[in-house]
Amino acid sequence: MNLLVKKATDAAQGVFLWVDDRLHVTKLWESTAGHHVPKSAGSWFYVFGSATLLCFMIQVMTGIMLALVYVPSGAEAYATLEYLTFQQNLGWLLRGIHYWGSNFMVGIMVLHMTQVYLFGAYKYPREITWLSGLVLMVLTLGLAFTGQVMRFDEDAYWGLGIGVAIVGRVPFIGQELLNLMLGGQIIASETLSRFFALHVFVLPGAVLAVVSLHLRMVLTKGINEYPQPGMLVRRETYDKEYAAILKKEGVPFFPKAISKDLVAAAVVILGILTCALVFGPKGPLGPADPVQIDTAPRPDFWFLWIFAVAALLPPEIETVALLVGPVVIGVILVALPFVNGTGEKSWRRRPFAVIIVLLTYVALGMLTYLGHTSPWSPDMIAWKSAVTPTAQIVNRTPLELQGAVVLQKMQCRNCHAIDGIGGERGPDLTDVGTRLTTPQLIRQVVQGGGNMPAFGQNLTPSQIDAVVAYMATLRPEGVPAARDSSQPAVPPTM
Amino acid sequence: MKDEAKNSTPESDSPCPCQSAEPADSGRKDTRRDFLFKIGLGLNVVAGAAMGIPLVGYVLSSVFKQPVLDWVSLGSVDSFPEGKTRFASFTNPVKREWDGATADIPCWVRRMSGNDFQIFAINCAHLGCPVRWFEESKLFMCPCHGGVYYEDGAVAAGPPPRGLFQYEFKVANGELLIKAGLMPTLATPNV
Repeated sequence: MNLLVKKATDAAQGVFLWVDDRLHVTKLWESTAGHHVPKSAGSWFYVFGSATLLCFMIQVMTGIMLALVYVPSGAEAYATLEYLTFQQNLGWLLRGIHYWGSNFMVGIMVLHMTQVYLFGAYKYPREITWLSGLVLMVLTLGLAFTGQVMRFDEDAYWGLGIGVAIVGRVPFIGQELLNLMLGGQIIASETLSRFFALHVFVLPGAVLAVVSLHLRMVLTKGINEYPQPGMLVRRETYDKEYAAILKKEGVPFFPKAISKDLVAAAVVILGILTCALVFGPKGPLGPADPVQIDTAPRPDFWFLWIFAVAALLPPEIETVALLVGPVVIGVILVALPFVNGTGEKSWRRRPFAVIIVLLTYVALGMLTYLGHTSPWSPDMIAWKSAVTPTAQIVNRTPLELQGAVVLQKMQCRNCHAIDGIGGERGPDLTDVGTRLTTPQLIRQVVQGGGNMPAFGQNLTPSQIDAVVAYMATLRPEGVPAARDSSQPAVPPTM
Repeated sequence: MKDEAKNSTPESDSPCPCQSAEPADSGRKDTRRDFLFKIGLGLNVVAGAAMGIPLVGYVLSSVFKQPVLDWVSLGSVDSFPEGKTRFASFTNPVKREWDGATADIPCWVRRMSGNDFQIFAINCAHLGCPVRWFEESKLFMCPCHGGVYYEDGAVAAGPPPRGLFQYEFKVANGELLIKAGLMPTLATPNV
């Protein structure tokens, strides 16, 4: 018996040695997974890179599976998407994992980038690691945007429309770029095919290639040591210092430094799965039918901040900001490791780096929130759905009541709330009587201004009288009406 | 390139029996090799261009194609009452069989009187979202960033840099025709 086991073991060893001799598996393994990293790099802060890559692998896997059913055709994409979601066995789960996988991928990538910036990992000699990371960021965002188009629903269609309108602002070659992007003159099937090819072939292929470079740089230039305050990077001495660190406390990445990455990987997989199970996939919303204009297009979460920027930029600088802004951000990010390639790495001694990160997060967070709530968009059905609160019509004269009707019928509520109900584009009218005098109200209604259309041509004089009379009554109890400052504060006694 | 080849000759040649047999000829042979290398490179440049140029042409064909614009009917003139603005749609003149609903393009038709029309594109001049007409207040409103237009298409409020895009139109045999085919943007001429 023992002899048999020994023979089998010998045979297995023989096969392994033969394979290893031909393919150099051990050597490859030792020089990649076994490469030495500073012990301090086995930190919880260092798990985001591998977690992003894990997300990408999940996306590739689930993406291939979705492609087993999905048909990238203008006429059929939506039907296959509905089939995937509602009829295909476990199709909803696959779509959920792919959707949440993309959200996790972008989110963790942002964390990874933040960590790299705060830990000074972009500094000498890891410039190319940083630059390839930037390319990966662009590719990842490209995958997220093209993936949103794959859903080929109303948001996908009008999201492309927004893209078209931005490209159409490019001077001189706008129309040509547009035709290139659309694969024709309008958003149609060839546009979808184009974005499909980008989403499943071009961009993932590019990610694989650039990830290889990114990881290659990790092997040649090493992983960043956990920065110590006061340990300055100098071009002349850093390589020797890093070698000394590796000599002193270097450990093979596998199996000594990988444990936290492993835990993070499990957390990410379970996180994506949980979100897919609990929240499910996004959409599809209504079909990509341009005639169905009863829609309020919004981009996916990670692009909401851009949607908000487009609403909030002053119109006169908008085109420049939309076209030049990304270039400026790109130049700054590319230049970073070259203009700031040495010196202090630790965030504890880089207050400006910390402030930049905080400001960026706050700005993007607020823009995302604003993009989500979109207070600048008229509430298209408020004039039909938001009834006038009873408290705002009791004890009114017939003229004032007529004014309340005019205010409702003329769609004023689409932009103006009363008691907080209605659009947020213009000011809430609940207390407008305390802010504007009757002449001011008339002027505002007739001439508009301050981002309000003029209604002078659409209202009869009697309608204007009525609506102004009504608005003058809109003020909280006990608060006096607005008055003309040229008139005495207290009316003269009789 | 040539220098490198010469420099490496002494070391790399020694294990090769063919070259050590004729050391005096090594210079001449290298010249032949270099020549063939250059021929190989040149052939590949030609072959690459022969295959590559059509491939690039294929990818860019939509860029260089002359835009196709054509007259399409929005229906009988009588279906648009005077003094009103009505929703209409048409099939894009360029259409693929597999386009599905995307080839159906909506627009707004304003008939002032007689044959006096304004045909507005559905796309907001700001960022292309579909504007909606409100008959009572006589305004077009956009659901994306709050662009608002008057009934004649002029900007009333919000971020649009210009009024609504308009299609060229004509009336023939009692039908209202518009010149359609392009998705209107700030880059589109004559809209």
